Amino acid sequence: MNYTVSNSNKAVELKNVSIYYGDYRAVKDVSLDIERNKITAFIGPSGCGKSTVLRCINRMNDLVPGAHVEGEVLYRGRNLYADDVDAVEVRRRIGMVFQKPNPFPKSIYDNVAYGPRLLGVKDRKVLDQIVELSLQQAALWDEVKNDLKKSGLALSGGQQQRLCIARAIAVEPDIILMDEPCSALDPIATQRIEELMKELVKDYTIVIVTHNMQQAVRVSNYTAFYYIRKQEIDGKEIRWGELVEFGKTKQVFDQPEQEETSDYISGRFG
Amino acid sequence: MIEEGVFHDSIVKRNRRGKLWSRFYFGSLVIAIVALITLFLTVIDQAFGTVALSYVIDPATLADGRPLDQLSNEELADILTNNLSAGRARIVLRDNVIVNYNADTYTKQPIQELLQGRTFDSSVGEKTLGTLSVEEVGNILGQNLSTTTLLDIVTTEVIQEQILESWPLFQTLFNYNQIVAENAEKHPEGQLQFRSWINTRFLTTPMATEALKTGVRTALLGSLWIIAITIFVALPIGIGSAVYLEEYARTGTRSRLFNIINNIIEINIRNLAGVPSIIYGMLGLFVFVRLLGDVTQGRTILSAGLTMALLILPVIIINAQEAIRAVPYSIREASYGMGATRWQTVSRQVLPAALPGIMTGTILGVSRAVGETAPLIVVGAATFIVTDPSGFFSQFTALPIQVYQWTSLPQAEFRYVAAAAIVVLLILLMSLNATAIILRNRFSRRLA
Repeated sequence: MNYTVSNSNKAVELKNVSIYYGDYRAVKDVSLDIERNKITAFIGPSGCGKSTVLRCINRMNDLVPGAHVEGEVLYRGRNLYADDVDAVEVRRRIGMVFQKPNPFPKSIYDNVAYGPRLLGVKDRKVLDQIVELSLQQAALWDEVKNDLKKSGLALSGGQQQRLCIARAIAVEPDIILMDEPCSALDPIATQRIEELMKELVKDYTIVIVTHNMQQAVRVSNYTAFYYIRKQEIDGKEIRWGELVEFGKTKQVFDQPEQEETSDYISGRFG
Repeated sequence: MIEEGVFHDSIVKRNRRGKLWSRFYFGSLVIAIVALITLFLTVIDQAFGTVALSYVIDPATLADGRPLDQLSNEELADILTNNLSAGRARIVLRDNVIVNYNADTYTKQPIQELLQGRTFDSSVGEKTLGTLSVEEVGNILGQNLSTTTLLDIVTTEVIQEQILESWPLFQTLFNYNQIVAENAEKHPEGQLQFRSWINTRFLTTPMATEALKTGVRTALLGSLWIIAITIFVALPIGIGSAVYLEEYARTGTRSRLFNIINNIIEINIRNLAGVPSIIYGMLGLFVFVRLLGDVTQGRTILSAGLTMALLILPVIIINAQEAIRAVPYSIREASYGMGATRWQTVSRQVLPAALPGIMTGTILGVSRAVGETAPLIVVGAATFIVTDPSGFFSQFTALPIQVYQWTSLPQAEFRYVAAAAIVVLLILLMSLNATAIILRNRFSRRLA
């Protein structure tokens, strides 16, 4: 909790972020720094708000009717939730990979070219280059280079997820948010994605939500542990998520400061 | 241990119930198929058959037994020369060849004025119509008209075919002897002939008062015009409304009132889809023919097309909504996650993915519009019209109107004409549907 990153290395800084769905406060008072070119893992039990926090970093929560955010999410010193910041612009710099692989029902090429085309790239040669480079970075190029016209949905689950990663990095974002990217994949596909993440982190900042604590240990530099708080008000139980502990992964797992963290990672509940 | 009897009993009972239901489902299917086949057979039965014809002059005697459709222009012109009175020949000339017809002066004008741009011997140039001989008229006809037109004139003016009686297809096929006997008894002069009521002539000629000469050309073109206007108007508006309702009205924070109004609108669109078509006819009559009469010029193809567009709009909206809703949310999420705006997400992901479903809805809607009669009657389809529709502001008729018209005529042979028109309508409908299905499959394949 007391861990801080030097200013120059901060990719994103969350300051007292609370996230509401209507009147319901789903996440309370999260403050943490995400370091550049490192992998930060969000762990915690279901319903603790880790995905919600992740999605607030690129304003995906805006799509949910009634959702709003209090506090500040600072990116390059600017609050992403300031009135003059456009969510569309935010998402072009902070990309996202989802839990279930969700390639567009289009060709592999068109999937990867989608982002650049949104940005107005029309030159076929430039697009070809971007597609090849992105697929190479996503370690998919060798498998698909001969049938780029094939539908993205025809790929296997692991390939689809790497296609989604290629699609996300085609617009060269600063940060890639990954929401349980391996939960729908088999162990071998998971391993490939994890290796890919270690490659990608040289160029990008990665934030990953995972249910798999071993995965957090294997890939992440920092770990944030979220937990559910409960309170009875007028006989009704109210739940919300809170950040319990944040620090270097090794420290969080080996010498957790909070009792809840050590209970959770030792598998006493989950 | 379970007692064997108990175990067995339940299986028997379950199987019996299962069998009963499966028979019921199969029975329903059989009934539907039988109904469909009966429908087709009835129409086919009437669209072909035997006719008893009488002639003033037997076509077999006209050209020494050679079939008339093998004759040259000159030979046909000769037949006209030999068989027409001078007066009748001049009327034929007036109706078929004359270029600048003026009812008041044409009898006094010289031929070269009346036939400007046409071919004629210079020797007749100075004459007036009344002084032309039959031979001269025959020459002019032969030089200026196509073989088909000449053949038509021979058939109507010389042979003067007339239908005495007609019999449907199945009687022709299975009980021909009875037809022969009936014919011999009732019309000794009647010549039996197999006739397909659908033929190229039927498709290419406008309406006429006689069953043998009438055609669906005007009605077919009218239907095509109306369909084109309907699709052109209803499709963009329908898709637009569906996109708004699904992608814009449902998302984001909205006031309670907005949501209530929105729900009312959606429920009412569903209700509108069930409103009887004649009510749309009344609406069309009031709005397009009367209120907007200055724009639509009254009872025109435009008014009819717009009325039909209103009629199928709810169907298109509802189906497009369903199709848009069926597009997985994950695709939208992926698109937004890439930094796409709402419009980019809708136009590049949602609409292409929903297109097959939208096409299906459009097929349903257009099929309905093609077959609708009631609203067209109310809006003011012409019951007898021989000129092709030439634009938005033409008077019009449509296939179902013609079918209705012909079935209500007293002459029996028009029933057969109506059946032929129904076949044309069905073929039109099926080819429209086939086109749409092919398009839809192509889109779905591209997306898969």
